[in-house]
Amino acid sequence: MLSRFCVRRKQTLPAFLLGGFAMLFVVLSSTPGYAIPAFARKYGLPCSACHEAWPKLNSFGQNFKDQGYQLNNDRDSPIWLNPSYWPVAMRITPHWHYESQGRQLVDSGGGQVEQTIKTSGFDLTGIDILTAGTLAKNVSFLLVPSIDPGDGTTGFESANVRFDNIKGSPWLNLKFGKYELDTPLTEKRIMTLSNNGGFYQLWHYAPAGDINDFTVGENQLGLELMGHSLDDHTRYAASLISSTNGNLGLPGGRSYDGYLHVSQAFMLGKLGLQRVGVYGVTGLRPTYFLTQDGVPIPGTGRGNKSFYRIGAYGNLYIGKFDLTGVYQHASDNVFLANATPANGELPEGAQGATWNVGTFEGHYVYSPKHFILGRYELVRNSRQPVSDLPSDFGNVDVFTAGYRYYPFINSRAGFAWHIEFSTLKMTKTADSGADQRSNSFFTGFDFAF
Amino acid sequence: MMTIRKLCLCIVLIATVAGTALAQGSGISSGYPTPRNGFSVSEQRGHGLYLRYCVLCHGVFGDGNGDNAPFIDPKPRDFTAATFKCRSTPTGTLPLDSDLIGTITRGVQASNMPSWRPLSDENRQDLVAYIKTFSERWKTEKAGEPIKIPAETPVTIESIRHGHELFEKMECWKCHGQQGRGDGPSASTLTDSKDQPIRPYNFALGRNDSRFKCGSENQDLYRIFMTGVDGTPMPSFADVIQPNDAWDLVHYLRTLQTGRRSKENDVLKAAGGASTLKAPENKSENVPPSDSRVQAHIGGH
Repeated sequence: MLSRFCVRRKQTLPAFLLGGFAMLFVVLSSTPGYAIPAFARKYGLPCSACHEAWPKLNSFGQNFKDQGYQLNNDRDSPIWLNPSYWPVAMRITPHWHYESQGRQLVDSGGGQVEQTIKTSGFDLTGIDILTAGTLAKNVSFLLVPSIDPGDGTTGFESANVRFDNIKGSPWLNLKFGKYELDTPLTEKRIMTLSNNGGFYQLWHYAPAGDINDFTVGENQLGLELMGHSLDDHTRYAASLISSTNGNLGLPGGRSYDGYLHVSQAFMLGKLGLQRVGVYGVTGLRPTYFLTQDGVPIPGTGRGNKSFYRIGAYGNLYIGKFDLTGVYQHASDNVFLANATPANGELPEGAQGATWNVGTFEGHYVYSPKHFILGRYELVRNSRQPVSDLPSDFGNVDVFTAGYRYYPFINSRAGFAWHIEFSTLKMTKTADSGADQRSNSFFTGFDFAF
Repeated sequence: MMTIRKLCLCIVLIATVAGTALAQGSGISSGYPTPRNGFSVSEQRGHGLYLRYCVLCHGVFGDGNGDNAPFIDPKPRDFTAATFKCRSTPTGTLPLDSDLIGTITRGVQASNMPSWRPLSDENRQDLVAYIKTFSERWKTEKAGEPIKIPAETPVTIESIRHGHELFEKMECWKCHGQQGRGDGPSASTLTDSKDQPIRPYNFALGRNDSRFKCGSENQDLYRIFMTGVDGTPMPSFADVIQPNDAWDLVHYLRTLQTGRRSKENDVLKAAGGASTLKAPENKSENVPPSDSRVQAHIGGH
């Protein structure tokens, strides 16, 4: 008789594979990030004015973004621009990459064996088409159509309008549409591009079999109230978002998720600007749908169950070196974690899933032309969805290191040579119960114009 | 055994971070390598910051001929001339460091110069230190003595009326226009010290935004009268009007910001509005300013 543990693992392995493919799809189909030379062209500033090294924003760039893509020098409105100016920028990264995925099940001689799958070749990231700017003074917009490099399907990664400085106050800005949540570590300006390192476990990890589709990293549909002090040292952002994880057409339930992020920065002598903050998100997800001929009817989600993510972070600068550390605690209701309808029966030993994530990302900006990065992420499950699973089942460790070289910097275009290595280990997730490891090596030319 | 390994890893990590931090020297980095050719530490840091933020407009040589200069109006400041608009010092003299820091912090309204408020105080000091290396004037001259700004006089309708009379008498309207919209009869003929066309300030533009190029408060406006805006046709009136007269002029000019809530506008409204002010007697087109001292200032720039 198979043990409960084995049965559980047999059930979860496909989920892991699906999850892996889903993540791979996310990485391949999503655009690498926002770096918008259209702004540089509009204002005549070099990339390095707003980016420590693009696409990573510096404090001036963050302030510019928080003001609604405005410098507030009374030249922000499009009325001041040459009529031929078109606020569009594009970004793509042709690259070569090597992937290695350990202990994958492969058919062999009528059975299956574990094998490391390796592949390499030339490839493309998704393309960013970034249109952003101001419609009028204190009315700004961002529109990011995206194209999947594989099948060419298009979508809208971002589409929002923002009313800035309402009542003349930087503390009142209202954004409406689809947008990235105001997170401590932005995935839209992530400095890593490889399959393993091109996204944050912090924003995407979920235990095997969990049906909660919410990810902090996906752009969400809703409205955001955001405010900041003039020097941007104090910031807050509160979002009310549809419980669709950014998907169009109201496919889920009728509930809303709430997100809040508060941070405070302070200048610490000659070290630089230090920032600390806390954030949290909570919401509901349906566990089943009304059906028609057995097919779920979109928008009829029922049996809502809750989840939350809360975290704290510090962003510390020591001159050219900066380190961001984020700790996040996450919890999904037992019905979500076990993919069980709320009106159904839970499996034996079922329990709500909780896990903790630590993300440490350091950068060394030798100059705006030379950028070195390192990141370590660890996910530790503190309560498995089923009680008899090993406590460390599905734990994740990811280490990523990379370097970017920007041979020239101007106000018209951006260009970088990118090289990166990332290795990921998932504990006890192989069919044999061993750990699985995957490695990614990525090198390519990242350009935006 | 594992504990020792982890301890060693921690020590290596901390040593790496500390070593990295120490190796780069103190200060908030621009990210650019800094030259060592006789510059002070502050100037070196300022050089890097200048390359990061300023060079595309103000140029490598600080002469205002950066790559983007042809597309910018008004043109970027030429630091080699050491002529600065926003000063607390008399016309023709060098500004204080705090004046330059103020401009960097505040930005210049209605120009491409943004507010660099997000930079640290040290960053701005370093930038000023580097900007001063572009002109020999900083080695041979000292900054001027800042002008004294007396306490503001009460805002009364009499003060506003007198300010209006001064506006007419000193022919401010020839450049700034009768309504302060920057559309006076001489406006289209004005050029700066580099023969570039320049527009007079439009008081009506700001609505509730009270910012001028050199500040946003009444005392900033007072200071502009008394120091002038060097490099532009706006002269210093320090030798022309008395402090109380200058305050009256400030109070009147505030009423030209018709969309802005202000004490001056409240007082004027309570007195019956702008129509109660005396109409100008001489509005002939293209008549040069009659005050010889004012004319001399304009000619000198």
